[in-house]
Amino acid sequence: MRRVQVIRSRKTWDVVIVGSGAGGGMAAKVLTEAGAEVLMLEAGPKFDTARDSKMFAWPYDSPRRGMAVPARQFGEFDAGWGGWTLEGEPYTSAPGSQFDWFRTRMLGGRTNHWGRISLRFGPDDFRRKSLDGLGDDWPTTYDDLKPYYDEVDKLVGVFGSVENLPNEPDGIYQPPPRPRCYELLVKQAADRLKITCIPNRLSILTRPLNGRPACHYCGQCGRGCATHSNFSSPSVLLPPALKTGRLTIVTDAMAREITTDATGLATGVSYVDKKTGRDTHVQARVVVLAASACESARILLNSKSSTFPRGLANGSGTVGKYLTDTTGTAVVGFIPRLMSGVAHNEDGAGGAHLYMPWWLDNRKLDFPRGYHIEFYGGRGMPRFGFLGNIEQLTGIEGSGRPPGAAGYGKQLKDDYRRYYGATIGFSGRGEMVPNADTFCEIDPSVVDRWGIPVLRFHFKWTDCEYKQVKHMQETFRGLIQELGGTPLSPMPPKEHGYGIEAGGRIIHELGVTRMGNDPGSSVLNKNCQAHEVKNLFVADGGPFVSQADKNPTWTILALSMRTAQYIAEQRKTGTV
Amino acid sequence: MLGLLVSAPVAAGFVWTEAEAREAHHQAQAARQAAKKAGTTFKPKFFTAHEYATVAILVDVIIPKDERSGSATDAGVPEFMDFIVGDQAPRQTAMRGGLAWLDRECERRFDRRFVACDDAERRDVLDDISGPQPPAATLTQGVAFFRMFRDLTASGFWTSKMGIADLQYMGNTLVAEWKGCPDEQLRKLGIA
Repeated sequence: MRRVQVIRSRKTWDVVIVGSGAGGGMAAKVLTEAGAEVLMLEAGPKFDTARDSKMFAWPYDSPRRGMAVPARQFGEFDAGWGGWTLEGEPYTSAPGSQFDWFRTRMLGGRTNHWGRISLRFGPDDFRRKSLDGLGDDWPTTYDDLKPYYDEVDKLVGVFGSVENLPNEPDGIYQPPPRPRCYELLVKQAADRLKITCIPNRLSILTRPLNGRPACHYCGQCGRGCATHSNFSSPSVLLPPALKTGRLTIVTDAMAREITTDATGLATGVSYVDKKTGRDTHVQARVVVLAASACESARILLNSKSSTFPRGLANGSGTVGKYLTDTTGTAVVGFIPRLMSGVAHNEDGAGGAHLYMPWWLDNRKLDFPRGYHIEFYGGRGMPRFGFLGNIEQLTGIEGSGRPPGAAGYGKQLKDDYRRYYGATIGFSGRGEMVPNADTFCEIDPSVVDRWGIPVLRFHFKWTDCEYKQVKHMQETFRGLIQELGGTPLSPMPPKEHGYGIEAGGRIIHELGVTRMGNDPGSSVLNKNCQAHEVKNLFVADGGPFVSQADKNPTWTILALSMRTAQYIAEQRKTGTV
Repeated sequence: MLGLLVSAPVAAGFVWTEAEAREAHHQAQAARQAAKKAGTTFKPKFFTAHEYATVAILVDVIIPKDERSGSATDAGVPEFMDFIVGDQAPRQTAMRGGLAWLDRECERRFDRRFVACDDAERRDVLDDISGPQPPAATLTQGVAFFRMFRDLTASGFWTSKMGIADLQYMGNTLVAEWKGCPDEQLRKLGIA
């Protein structure tokens, strides 16, 4: 990878991109290949999977056995450099709101450690208001995005199967890996309960692609793949961009404001050079914000001027509004049939090989939007916390021993061996409907360590989400029962939101710089171009008009590709 | 040498190569073996000498040596515990207080602390705090301590090289071709 350069010239870049993740990386690739001189600002340090990945580490390589540490809150071997709390980078929540905000500060951002679940939004997902009257329709349709999804599939590589399901568009797939043992059991149970269960759609190569080798099934995608066999921005998007010779990346650069001229056009980006603490400015003809949804909103809101007293591109007051996250809850079950399993390497690809897309009709239910189901289990690498709370399993495994009497000694040692690989966990990932009480804004009092005003979050779930999550819990308990197993937790009561995760915990923040045809209620037009600032674009999850029962990353990639191609065309005609 | 391993920095940006990780592991192993040969004992950083002696006995009662693998002390669990509890302040009071509770319960029954009790006396107490529910009202904190201690023992043992081999975990390696569920397990599960 090309060495980082220190900016000394007063050069005007064709495009400055803030952020190196899915959206930023894709925009850099498309724009450099179209001839633009691009500067990319990344808040974190350089991360190189070939050098920095902890792939193949054993837990005993560290005295901490892989536990989370403050600097790596998904685990000390995980590729994610960051977490819910960053030293010197606070955020606040309004009274009565709980929002947990995950920041990954590294080249490639969250694409280094995400789950690789690569689902296209379906035709219905772009027109929910037309279907059920809630929220808003996108100004684009599935058909507008389909050509870009196709290109993303071919560029990045994704495995899956053609299923012809109405709202789960099929992609251009590599073959999916065979299911694991426990996944076959789940499939049987799902079939009996008439829950659709199909091969997963993960951006993990099962065939070589564009010089990247296929997966070697170590199951450690989250540690960063040293062979680039899964999708991350630095593995797939940055190399071709750098190859053009037209991309310069500056790391440890905390963007804080977009500057404008008297005509209201963006002129560049001010950022803090974290290494020196000095404020720096780079000039740009076009600015693409892709700092992750809420960070981009924060930059806009902090870019105040007499032309834009409420923040850049925020004449409508929409920046920060319509914030959503995916809903989530989980149930783990103990499955006696899986005890004392045949020893074998069950790692597989770094994610489940099967999943369950939304299979019901919301018109027949008491909640408006759907969810998909992920599950996990098996004979994985032992981690800190291995078979914790083992006393929960005594008595439910059919031994006839009194419940809770896990004891100690040889019997206990044998129990650990028998129970290993015999639990299965189910997680739901559902669509939240935007509501007026959920948004982010600038906190009037608090700044971070560089003096940049921070975000204050307001977050509320409504019955749309609570009832959906109740349904998830009931469905998972039904699946565990069908498997002949026992759930390891009681049904969460209504007072605990039926077990709904706190806002932000699923790390799919969307909507805070949304698209729309009406400049009075949206920040961007259908090309992700700011209504009020024609040389300003947003390419992360902020433009989304709605969530879906599907993860957002694939749509971020497709949308960013489309936006960047639009920018390239506009540059050619001189309109931007 | 072991001290070097336990004080390794973990700030963001700390880079371990595979070679470094293997070397750290070998150093730690060599240090343990050298210490055993030389007759010197590991010097705990968090536990007092008395607490550490208690821990060393208790972990082996929980996970003893058997025909398949060694005991918890063979797998380095007391050293692991000393590091973890020393590293994570929120764990310290529960651990220190739980060991004190255990000693006091042994003294109440047998006029001796845990390390001085014989095997039958130790089991007399442990059976009450690890057995069927519900325990006597005076023992509930002991039950909570024992569960925490058992979980930490399990974490230390089953993530050790010895524990991983015992479980017959076969992953964390390069697999050229993924073959799915082996026939033997398919038959065992009754899947066509």
